[in-house]
Amino acid sequence: MGNPCAVIGVGQTRYTTKRHDVSLAGLVREAALRALEDAGLTWKDIDAVVIGKAPDLFEGVMMPEAYLADALGAAGKPMMRVHTAGSVGGSTALVGASLIQGGVHDRVLVVAFEKQSESNATWALSTHLPFSASLVVGAGGYFAPHIREYIRRSGAPGHIGHLVAVKDRRNALRNPYAHLRIPGIDQRMVESTPMLWEPIRYLDTCPSSDGACAMVLAAEDRLTGSTPAWVLGAATRSEPIFRAGRDTVNPQGGKDCAADVYRQAGITDPRREIDVAEVYVPFSWYEPMWLENLGFAAEGEGWKLTESGATALDGDIPWNASGGVLSSNPIGASGLIRFAEAALQVRGMAGEHQVDGARRALGHAYGGGAQFFAMWMVGSDKP
Amino acid sequence: MREIAVVAFAQTRHSAVDEGQNDSELILPPLEEVRAATGLRRFGFTCSGSCDYLAGAPFSFVSALDALGAWPPISESHVEMDAAWALYEAWVRLQHGDVDSALVYGFGKSSQGDLREIMTLQLDPYYLAPLGLDQVSFAALQASATGADRAELDEIVRRSRADGRANPNALDLPDPTGEETEVAPLRPYDIAPITDGAAALVLAAGDLARELCERPAWITGIAHRIEPHYLGMRDLARSTSAADAARAAGVGKGDVDVAELHVQFSHEELILREALELPEGTRVNPSGGPLAANPVMATGLIRIGEAAGRVMDGTASRVLGHATSGPCLQHNLVTVMEA
Repeated sequence: MGNPCAVIGVGQTRYTTKRHDVSLAGLVREAALRALEDAGLTWKDIDAVVIGKAPDLFEGVMMPEAYLADALGAAGKPMMRVHTAGSVGGSTALVGASLIQGGVHDRVLVVAFEKQSESNATWALSTHLPFSASLVVGAGGYFAPHIREYIRRSGAPGHIGHLVAVKDRRNALRNPYAHLRIPGIDQRMVESTPMLWEPIRYLDTCPSSDGACAMVLAAEDRLTGSTPAWVLGAATRSEPIFRAGRDTVNPQGGKDCAADVYRQAGITDPRREIDVAEVYVPFSWYEPMWLENLGFAAEGEGWKLTESGATALDGDIPWNASGGVLSSNPIGASGLIRFAEAALQVRGMAGEHQVDGARRALGHAYGGGAQFFAMWMVGSDKP
Repeated sequence: MREIAVVAFAQTRHSAVDEGQNDSELILPPLEEVRAATGLRRFGFTCSGSCDYLAGAPFSFVSALDALGAWPPISESHVEMDAAWALYEAWVRLQHGDVDSALVYGFGKSSQGDLREIMTLQLDPYYLAPLGLDQVSFAALQASATGADRAELDEIVRRSRADGRANPNALDLPDPTGEETEVAPLRPYDIAPITDGAAALVLAAGDLARELCERPAWITGIAHRIEPHYLGMRDLARSTSAADAARAAGVGKGDVDVAELHVQFSHEELILREALELPEGTRVNPSGGPLAANPVMATGLIRIGEAAGRVMDGTASRVLGHATSGPCLQHNLVTVMEA
């Protein structure tokens, strides 16, 4: 997996419905400056910039790296743009890490963003290529049938999703950057919200957020700032969306991607050996589904872990201590936030949502029709 | 750096009009061709380049993955850029040392929309895009700043189109004629034609490259640089990013037999020749270049593939492939390949 790579800086913006006060450039610059400050560096210390976001149609700016080069101090440097659907934030971090692992650069700035208030994401996600009719509305319309199939297969009781929705939103109250902050949220409140795509209720879904996240990655001889988070394993997997026989409830790509990361990190029992996980859960039911897909639970058993409280902040495998995608969803940045929050945990810098003594953390992102996966494992000990 | 080479390259017979093939159908033949050439069906890494705005719908790379097969699941990534940057990402990934082969592809159908207007959407959305200056207007500003001699530009177009006619993959375009301007000083023929097409390329490391290809095109230097977005902050007559990338890629360390340049407007060849410090003897765009076929998002990759092809077929020993992105050559990538 190449040369050692560490996260030495993390910067986030406060996620919110609409940032009236900044342009796209102002938004990404805010996150980038915070990451640089965390690393104790300035623009001139950065060798290359990698930027990611979900479809350009969201904001109506095509190939925004051209426009954002100036705001990100990239003039005179190499700059790349990554787009792998909802997993893009994770993929962006992995391309940045790759530049260091491959020995090409010493310090790389990665940034991902979405300013969803500039678009209508549900509509943008419903537009299909000519000649293929769109039968769904938005991501929820696509994923609801897969969730129903998970419930059918596993026999999970109907309230499991609501438990996740409550847990993640309670965690979000400890995260100053989180978008949805709902004091007193409980299961009854989630159950009382309108049904959007059966069985997904309003509070079982993620919000639409404006926001950006940035990280500074460095080679082992170029560390600055406080405690680094070392990349212990990193992988992507993709599979075709329309392949007959593809299991969209428990995708092979997710299993293979996790297996690759665990192999690199020397993990054989994820539930015991991983201290905290930031997993892409945009609809509450995806927690039990991904618990199985990522090997934390046997097939059909994921919902039992959720129900037992194992994934709560005080459980034995806290998932989404930050509040997760359910609490903040600037789509293109959401994967990078997972990766960055995992790094914050093993650096001991997660503030009020810090999991005590976290030494190994998983960052996870998925996208497209649950067909693109990007994951990394970071740790406090150098590999 | 690890030894990496281009070992196979294929492209469509590009078309000036929509021939009814969708993106997946466009990319399939070149994919099959490079698979057949190398005998590889699985690759350590796969990376593609495309742009959703050409299709007018998000996620155009998703259907391409269906064309690819991608089963069992593959290690894969995508740049919303010209596929030359997908090649760069793949080259970086191969530097890790744990995988030995990579598949790179790019595709684009500019016949489906108005490319001039579409490219305008990559400008700063607050201060530049609302001005209504389209891609050709921007290029015309740069052509003016270059102060190029009309005869010199005509000769670039004449040579490119003649070479393109000899290239079965490029368009069949006549010698330039006519006095009218599109946006002064650019004439219609100074502008790369609307083109649909796709390309695929295979990278391999070390011994695998030697095994797969009799004469691999070894990448001895590859680098890219971006410049400020705002035209007022640049000397439009020069390309500092191309010059910096060329220095980083080591262009000047030897002769360059062939240079394939991503020239979408005739005057860009003059700017790039100077920035890359190409010697007099270098043959520029023997394929005809983008002025003879410009399948947007694959064009830059095709430059690298065409240049690599000259090494692989033994007609050149040191070549250069160039790709550009952004308005007025804002972003430039330079690849040097040797036998």
